[in-house]
Amino acid sequence: MEKRVIFKGWLLPLLLLTPQVVVTAVFFFWPAGQAVWQSLFIPDPFGLKSQFVGLGNFEFLLRDPFYRASFVTTAVFSLLVTAVSMGVALYLAVLADRLIKGAGTYRTLLIWPYAVAPAVAGVLWLFMFNTRVGVVSWYLGLLGYDWNHVLNGGEAMGLVVVASAWGRISYNFLFFLAGLQAIPRSVIEAAAIDGAHFWTRFRTIVFPLLSPVTFFLLVVNIVYAFFETFGVIHTITSGGPQQSTTILVYKVYADGFVGQDLGSSAAQSVILLIVVGILTVIQFKFIERRVHY
Amino acid sequence: MARLPESGMVEKRGAGLWLTHLGLIAGVLVIVFPIWLAFVASTVSQPEIVRPPMPLWPGDQFFENYSKALVSGINAPVARMLFNSAVMAFGIAIGKIVISILSAFAIVYFRFPGRNLFFWLIFLTLMLPVEVRIVPTYEVAANFGMLNSYSGLIFPLIASATATFLFRQFFMTVPDELAEAARVDGARPMRFFWDILLPMSRTNIAALFVILFIYGWNQYLWPLLITTDPSMNTIVMGIKQMFPSGDDIADWPVIMATSILAMLPPVVVVISMQKLFIRGLVDSEK
Repeated sequence: MEKRVIFKGWLLPLLLLTPQVVVTAVFFFWPAGQAVWQSLFIPDPFGLKSQFVGLGNFEFLLRDPFYRASFVTTAVFSLLVTAVSMGVALYLAVLADRLIKGAGTYRTLLIWPYAVAPAVAGVLWLFMFNTRVGVVSWYLGLLGYDWNHVLNGGEAMGLVVVASAWGRISYNFLFFLAGLQAIPRSVIEAAAIDGAHFWTRFRTIVFPLLSPVTFFLLVVNIVYAFFETFGVIHTITSGGPQQSTTILVYKVYADGFVGQDLGSSAAQSVILLIVVGILTVIQFKFIERRVHY
Repeated sequence: MARLPESGMVEKRGAGLWLTHLGLIAGVLVIVFPIWLAFVASTVSQPEIVRPPMPLWPGDQFFENYSKALVSGINAPVARMLFNSAVMAFGIAIGKIVISILSAFAIVYFRFPGRNLFFWLIFLTLMLPVEVRIVPTYEVAANFGMLNSYSGLIFPLIASATATFLFRQFFMTVPDELAEAARVDGARPMRFFWDILLPMSRTNIAALFVILFIYGWNQYLWPLLITTDPSMNTIVMGIKQMFPSGDDIADWPVIMATSILAMLPPVVVVISMQKLFIRGLVDSEK
């Protein structure tokens, strides 16, 4: 699509583009290029010079059991976050959609956790489950369950999943509610007159009509779980215990800044870059399909 | 998906209506509970927290805890961190909107050599969050002497084209007749931009501002790397720094007061500008 009406001149548009081009070149393309370049080298321990190793860093990573474990951890983590936040959000949206009045009030009450930073959400949940002072862990103790996410990897994973999913419910709820409200009432009422019960209607009419929204949210939530949950992981577990919550983004940080292993960290960045690329392509493909509907 | 009681109607009435409300209220309570607990913790004293279970109703230490946090904090006064966060969030929101609207104007309303190249270069950035390229970006910022500075907090985070993309989409829907009329009247391009395009974009700008403000305020990883001086910490990343290393017990009332202060500005923005916020969300995901 192009504009029919345009203005003449070439100097003005170049001037208008300059600020964005400069900022993007310096803080985006240069570092991204550096990441690719560094991923081909191993710096010596003193950081004085580096040795070209080609794809050595990548080969090493793909054979490294810790890196492979981090891949699995990331997959488990993002699937759980996506499932929990989308499930709860869909449940609440279906309920709110059944109201003639008051859906707006519930929307107001449910959307604001979106504004709570993942890192702050992490602190809130850490506080509730803190092994020494946490309210929830204390009551769990009364019930005879000894909660300790500092030592138990499964509990640590559960906690970061819930904390990450919590803030995300708002976002999913908004999109699900909008999607549900866009479904023509007449279709659902026709099914109701034919004697289809709620669950049948949901399964055969509502959910299929909602599938574009569901698919869109699936991709967006996975991207969120991959990249934006760093704050949750860093505040609650710092990747532990025994790396059981070290997702890929956390590992880039831990290896690059804490471990100072620049070559490996850069190679991990490049791998993540490819993962984002694939997810973006999926998203764009889907958007194009939606346009053709 | 829980199965709901049935009456055969689409909208609920009578008992079904109450059950629907009950389900929603339960959901709201579960979602609000962590924040309620944080608020309660920010109004009681440390001894009440370290002897669990802590109370579930606010205490009388509200002013003590909040003034202690704001004035002295633990590593740095929280008032200072709030100021840093505000500078960062406004800087990112305003900076990104300004550079994006200018470049979208250039791309949509002009034909010039290299236009397609610029277009695609800018759009490539849609793909790469800062988390992925942290180490080299950090090195660039360090080389520019941007550690512990506001420009270091702001510029690396406005280097992406999401907003350019949105403004381009919007400009494409602006009727050609407007630009045509302006050109016939002999208006120069920047005059058209100021007098016609900018006023028309008001709602889009506001919606985008809401989203970018929250994005900027809630940044964590980047401020964590770039601010080593506690007086340059932003509030969202500063909370974690308030936890003691080792086995000491954290000063929970002050930490929770800080958490409440950290979430207050973006929450107020979302609730008071709900319509713009929803519009911004939907736009930015199109």
